[in-house]
Formats: sequence, C-alpha cells, structure tokens
Amino acid sequence: MIEVRFHGRGGQGSVMASRIMANAYVRIGQYGASFPMFGFERRGAPVTAFGRFDAQPIRERTQIYNPHIVVVLDPSQRYFENVYKGLRSEATLVLNADSAFTQKPHQNLKTAGIVNADQISLEEVGRALPNTCMLGAFAATTGLLPLEPLTEALGDYFQGSRLEANIRCLRRGYEETEVTYF
Amino acid sequence: MTSKQQDQVMVITGNAAAAYGAMLCSPDVVATYPITPQTEIIEKLFEFSASGELDAEMVPVEGENSAMNVVTASAMAGGRVFTATSSWGLAFMYDAMLAASGTRAPVVMVNVNRETPGIIAVSSGQQDMISTRDSGWISLIAESCQEILDQVIMAYRLAEDYDIQVPVMVNYDGFYLSYMAERVEVPPLKVVTDFLSVLKDQPQRQVLLPGKPFGCGSHGILQGYVELRHKHVQAMERAKEKFDAIDKELENHFGRSYGGQIEEYRTKDADIVLVASGSMCGTIKTVIDRRRDEGLRCGLVRLRMYRPFPWERLVQVLKGKKGIGVVDRSVGFGLQGGPIYVEVSSLSAKFGDIPIMSFIDGIANTDVTADHCEQMIDQVLAAAQGEEYPELTWVCLENGQE
Repeated sequence: MIEVRFHGRGGQGSVMASRIMANAYVRIGQYGASFPMFGFERRGAPVTAFGRFDAQPIRERTQIYNPHIVVVLDPSQRYFENVYKGLRSEATLVLNADSAFTQKPHQNLKTAGIVNADQISLEEVGRALPNTCMLGAFAATTGLLPLEPLTEALGDYFQGSRLEANIRCLRRGYEETEVTYF
Repeated sequence: MTSKQQDQVMVITGNAAAAYGAMLCSPDVVATYPITPQTEIIEKLFEFSASGELDAEMVPVEGENSAMNVVTASAMAGGRVFTATSSWGLAFMYDAMLAASGTRAPVVMVNVNRETPGIIAVSSGQQDMISTRDSGWISLIAESCQEILDQVIMAYRLAEDYDIQVPVMVNYDGFYLSYMAERVEVPPLKVVTDFLSVLKDQPQRQVLLPGKPFGCGSHGILQGYVELRHKHVQAMERAKEKFDAIDKELENHFGRSYGGQIEEYRTKDADIVLVASGSMCGTIKTVIDRRRDEGLRCGLVRLRMYRPFPWERLVQVLKGKKGIGVVDRSVGFGLQGGPIYVEVSSLSAKFGDIPIMSFIDGIANTDVTADHCEQMIDQVLAAAQGEEYPELTWVCLENGQE
C-alpha cells in the first residue's frame, strides 16, 4: 500500500487532488481511499488530506503518520516541519514551488519533484489552483500512475472549458516537473 | 466503470453514497436542512432532483425540527420519505423524532455522527446517536462508504416493513466517512426497486389523509398508552431478526452482505474480542490480522445495530471468550464506562464472568490509530491472563493528540 499525505490550504484543491488520485487508481482496477482533516471550513486555513492506494481493498480509516510520499500544494509550507513529519526512508516529495532546493530538506527524502503549479494554473485556468497540475507532477515524479486514468478521472470533476484547462494543467505538470534524486 | 450486474463503480464520499442510496429508493418527499458534515448529502439530492434522476417533493425547510415534522407527516400520509442531519440538527429535532416513532411513521434518516452541542466541536463522535438511545428509533451504524449506500436501502425495508413500522436512523462517522472518497458500487435502479418490491406485496399500512381523520398513535392514557408502547417495543424486538433476514436478501440481490445485527470478524476461535462500531472497525481488522499472524487468537464484533440492542447475538458470540474490550466513540456521563460498554457488561451474567474493559477513543476527531488498537488488544490480553485492570480507560486522553 502507498500512503500519500497532501499539504495545502483551503481553496487550493488538496482534497479534490486526493480524490482524483483515488478515482484514477480505481480506474486501473486498484483501490484508493482518501479523506481530508480540517476544522472549520475556511479558505486559506491549513488542510491535510490522506490518500491510500493499493491493489487490495483499503480498510484503514486513520490519518497517515508515515507517508511514502508527501504532496505539498502550498509553496509556503516547503520548510514546515510537520510536512516532513514521520516520512518513511527513501520517501518522495512533490512540491509546488518556483525554485529548486539548495539542500535536501529532510534526511529521509530520496526523490523530489518540483513544478511551478501556481504559475501553470494561472496561465491555463486564470487562477492559482495548483491541484490538477500537482497530479501531473505526482505522475512524473513517482511513475506510479499513467496520465491516462488521471485524465479520465478529471472528467468526473470538471466539464467543458474548465475540463480542458485542467487537462492542460495535468499534462504541463507532467512535462514541466524537474525531478531531483538525492 | 462497471462491475458485476452492471453496477456503476464510482469513487464517491460517504455523503454522496448516502445520497445515491436515498435516490435509488425513489422517495416521495425529501425535507432537509444543511449542517456540517452532512451538507453534501443535501447538495447531491438537489442535484439529482434538478437533473430529473430524483422525482421527489423537495422541501427546503427552515430548520431540522420542521424537516422531521414534514417527513413524519408525509410518511403518515403513505409516502416514502428521507431526511438527513447531524449533531446540533439532531438535537433540534428531538421532540419531532419522538413524535415520528410514537406515531410509528416509517421515516428513514441519515445521521452523520458528530459531537453534540456544549463544547463547540466540528468533529466526529457518536455522542449524538447515543443521546437518542431511548427515542424509539431503530439505529444502524455503517463502516464504509459502500455500507452507507447499502444500509440506507436496507433501512427502507426495515422501516416500512408491515411488521415493523418504526423509523430508522443510519449512522456513520462524520469527517472519517462523510468526506472519505472510495470505491463504491452503485447498483442500477431496477435492482434496488426489485429489492424493495416485497414491501408492495405486504398489506397497505394505515394512512392519514385529509378529510379522513383517525387516531394514529399520537394520543393515549393508561391502558391505551401502555398498549401502544408495548406494541412499539415488540416491533423493535422483531426488527433484530428482520434485519438479519434483510442482510441475507441483500446478498442475493447485490452480492454483498455484512452479518446482520453484528459482524463477527475472526471471532470463532478467538480468546480476545473487541466490540466496536463504525469506521474504526476497518483499522481494528487490520490490527487483528497482524496479531493473528503473530499467533494471538483475537477477533472483532462490529455492532451494526445500536437500537434495538442485539444482545442475543452478542451473548452467542461472546460466550466462552477470555477477555473483552468495548470501544466507545462517546462518553457515558455518570456511568462507570462508555455507553455501549455498560450495555455489553450488563450481559455478563449471560456470557460468563470474564474481564470486560471499557475504552473511550475517537471522540472529537481524535484518531483511532492502529497503535491505539494494539494497546487495547494488549490490555485485554493482560486482563485475560489475570492481571489487574482498570474498568475504564480513556485511550484518546492517554495518547494525547494535537
């Protein structure tokens, strides 16, 4: 089972990103379960979402304390301690940022994929909504999911021109991610 | 995405699963008021109504008390009804809930479990369900998004059954399940309609219509009252075996079943058994599997029915065990343990003098972690081996979470 933790802020689409990922896993015949944890719903407040993905049905209903992968949608959290809390060894980071790391942010990290998802979504959607771009970055960094089921999954959440814009975000996230191996 | 019998496979939340379950049962009247973490159910149902998938009278009321009065009156007039609420909303409709059960109106309601008023906590906990214990409602508890959908459908078979005619509340953990998105098989309308069609073959229940007045259980003193209460209590007793039977039928129609009143998970040869309910049971099962691999004979009894309390089946499954731990996601004010613990321990004269421990965990969104489950199993094991043990342990307090 792969355990993924998403860190973002209310309004960035972290919860939807975790759901689209679960949707994509089900589309390839596997299982996915995701749920967010937040207090009162408000834009800008920190949001954590948890995703579990496996070939077997997922029974765990707890938060994730030892993630294999962290997806950070909020650039301001790249140096937050709790983002890296409990990371497994050889873990992966997928980060929305406009600059690379000058040094490894956590000893357990082996791989980091960085993409400027705010900029890409500004160009494609017209607003800084990094979530679908980060799904492309996840696919590029981890190699765990092909783009096809992710693209299909987007159709359950967007329609029309919004769908097309988000498909472009997903593809650009996939193509423009720079992966570093520590 | 499709699977067996043309089910549509979707990745949806517990709330969406509840809305699909209700929509597929084709209710005549839906009256609801939004509240976190239930709001998504209403949003979904109004979407279904707008798209034409749901042909129901949608009543957007000004509060939960009115919601319950609208669905009760509609059910008494012969309609199939649905409403959903949580916590504050449940408290606000309490008197109307009593009227619904007193008049034996077959209302189906989803209650998304959340902590109750007092300490403002937008978080999970079964205290709201516990506080309606003696409302005369049948109360069910689901573990997964799939089970939420299935239980809403089963709730109609139970509520509207001619031999039962008692309102049913389907409970599931707010936040942990309400917003959990996972794989759900949504059955075709025809399969659900077939499953519910037995209700049509039963005698028509009495309906209260304009211009045709009659007494319908709302008034009674002395013997009249006693008789109505006695009938209601008897109907609740019948609901237990009926729920087992409906669960078996579900398997024939949907290819899924859950064990009826209780799910017995690896209990047959178990020495140590946890009794729990709701979403935490999934995690407990993974821990039980791990401990089984290490040679510990442990199991889980998952309560799927809170009212009527399935004591006969509990006695049957707990007899001969060496230690029991009961996990409550609520507190028992003035009780010597969690509310469900107190009920299970009251059966000890029937299943034998063995250590029974009360664990309180998961209140106010505290996470029932795999580690907590390990601790509970270890403590019950120690008690079963003769060590002294506390009757009540606040697991979520001892493992303080931020």
